Amino acid sequence: MISSFSRPIPSLDRVRHVARAAAVIGALALIGILNGVGAARAELQIEITRGVVEPIPIAITDFYSPSADASEIGRRIASVISKDLERSGLFRPIDQRAFIQRPADMLDQPRFQDWRQINAQALVTGQVQIESGGRLSVEFRLWDVYASQHLVGLRLGSAENAWRRIAHKVADAIYQRLTGEGGYFDTRIVYVSESGPASARKKRLAIMDQDGENFRFLTDGRALVLTPRFSPTTQEITYLSYEGDQPRVYLRNIDTGRQEILGNFPGMTFAPRFSPDGNKVALTYAKNGNSDIFSMDLRTRRVQQLTRDPSIDTSPTYSPDGSRIAFESDRGGSQQIYVMGSDGSGVTRVSFGKGRYGTPVWSPRGDLIAFTKISQGEFYIGVIKPDGSDERLIAQGYLVEGPTWAPNGRVLMFFRQASRNPDSAELVSIDITGQNERVLVTSTAASDPAWSPLIP
Amino acid sequence: MRIKWLAPFALLAILAACESTPDESAATNGQTNESATDGSSGDGVSESTVVPGSQEDLAQNVGDRVYFDFDSSVLSPEARQTLEGQAEWLKKYADVRFSVEGHCDERGTREYNLALGERRAAAAKNYLVALGIDGSRLDTISYGKERPYALGHDDSAWSQNRRAVSMVQ
Repeated sequence: MISSFSRPIPSLDRVRHVARAAAVIGALALIGILNGVGAARAELQIEITRGVVEPIPIAITDFYSPSADASEIGRRIASVISKDLERSGLFRPIDQRAFIQRPADMLDQPRFQDWRQINAQALVTGQVQIESGGRLSVEFRLWDVYASQHLVGLRLGSAENAWRRIAHKVADAIYQRLTGEGGYFDTRIVYVSESGPASARKKRLAIMDQDGENFRFLTDGRALVLTPRFSPTTQEITYLSYEGDQPRVYLRNIDTGRQEILGNFPGMTFAPRFSPDGNKVALTYAKNGNSDIFSMDLRTRRVQQLTRDPSIDTSPTYSPDGSRIAFESDRGGSQQIYVMGSDGSGVTRVSFGKGRYGTPVWSPRGDLIAFTKISQGEFYIGVIKPDGSDERLIAQGYLVEGPTWAPNGRVLMFFRQASRNPDSAELVSIDITGQNERVLVTSTAASDPAWSPLIP
Repeated sequence: MRIKWLAPFALLAILAACESTPDESAATNGQTNESATDGSSGDGVSESTVVPGSQEDLAQNVGDRVYFDFDSSVLSPEARQTLEGQAEWLKKYADVRFSVEGHCDERGTREYNLALGERRAAAAKNYLVALGIDGSRLDTISYGKERPYALGHDDSAWSQNRRAVSMVQ
């Protein structure tokens, strides 16, 4: 078993052992990257900036092992990869029953003609083994079927129960190699789980993998909680909790459950969001009816007031370089989006369309700001360039609100209440092109999604 | 059904909401409400069972809430009248404290509504202070759109939900 796994592979001499030391910190270790042949970018490439993309047919074989236990894990890994790629809308996994060549026969090189015959453009093969001590070792390869080329490969190691994360990392590697964009499958979603009557709605923070697996509650529902947001750099969230009937911004470590009130504000704080380096939180502090934006340095605890205006100023969001903040304000008479320097200087309005604009969220790529728009009683999710040009609306509903970005800035998630019934609230993901709208199945009504960065 | 923000229609709805006393609207709502059903006698509530200085007393005999126009925290003449009654009532019960809760309808975004609810609660509180009530007896809290009173999804329900409610502490 081990001999077959470790048998030399034609392109193994191209393996670059990268970042081994850094990668073994977590439960999941990236052991090596197996690069494709020198022809650099083969012709198999997905252009995802166009509106409508014909998904490419991809064959994902069960990851092979001669042992029954490891085979079962290999089968599950292939299934998770397949579902990840399918949900992206860019791939069409081919039914395994159409496969001609069997995984056990592909340890060296696939018979490309077998895969061309079923119209697979890309092929994923892999092997899995359970090492002594129960650790999982997985190797995968992505092939360009028509060019008969090896494109990319990875070796990953993890605890046996972390096989899902391995699958997501493989899916991320495939997505990245074929689209040129970063992946977003090895991520999590924190959201607000809702139940009970609207007048006394029970809201609990919940977390799940981006594909809906590994769900668990983070809070017990005794206190109203709203608007969780992920740190871009750590597994921390910041959110609003009404603990003790005192609405305050909290900081919480997801893994340890440790939480603390952020700052010493003698009144309501809300609308928190991390700076891109994770070292600051911008939030809103309401005093005597007036809401202004403040930032707080999480290390020095120094607080800086950024807006001083009798209007409502809230929902701050940093640009990815940290130099600017977009926020919403009614200083011009109605709720609109503004951009200012992250020190509060140079406020300029950026939304000028018909209606009200709120909940700005700056894309991690920096090129767009997502927002919620209310016009003529309808709610919309849209994107706009930071200079206010090229507004596009990509979703609509009785209530759609609270966009959050996938770490690659190509996909948005938001929540939608399709009907007047609050129990219809659900999480929806959509490409920024407006294509590929998908509902995430949750066990309860769901709102306020927050997309994590890629898990380290 | 498409919702349009027809100002005259909304105004009518507000006036209608203001004309009915809170306990009436609770009764017609046919739903439980923390302030209106606080009394110990579950049925046939008569004035004689109302504890003076209680939430029930305030709601039935003065009015425990004021209503606002869409996206506004301006106190209407009716709202001022209700708050003047609350100020007199607070002077009568000098050891009573209020938590003034600001609320919004569901047709705004969450964080904006938290700010707007805070504005509404502060508008009510500040008027009470202007009428001579010590500000230290008055807390404010905003619930934004998180705690609707009327559970409908039309202009009538929304006008009842745009409110500041004085809760006896």
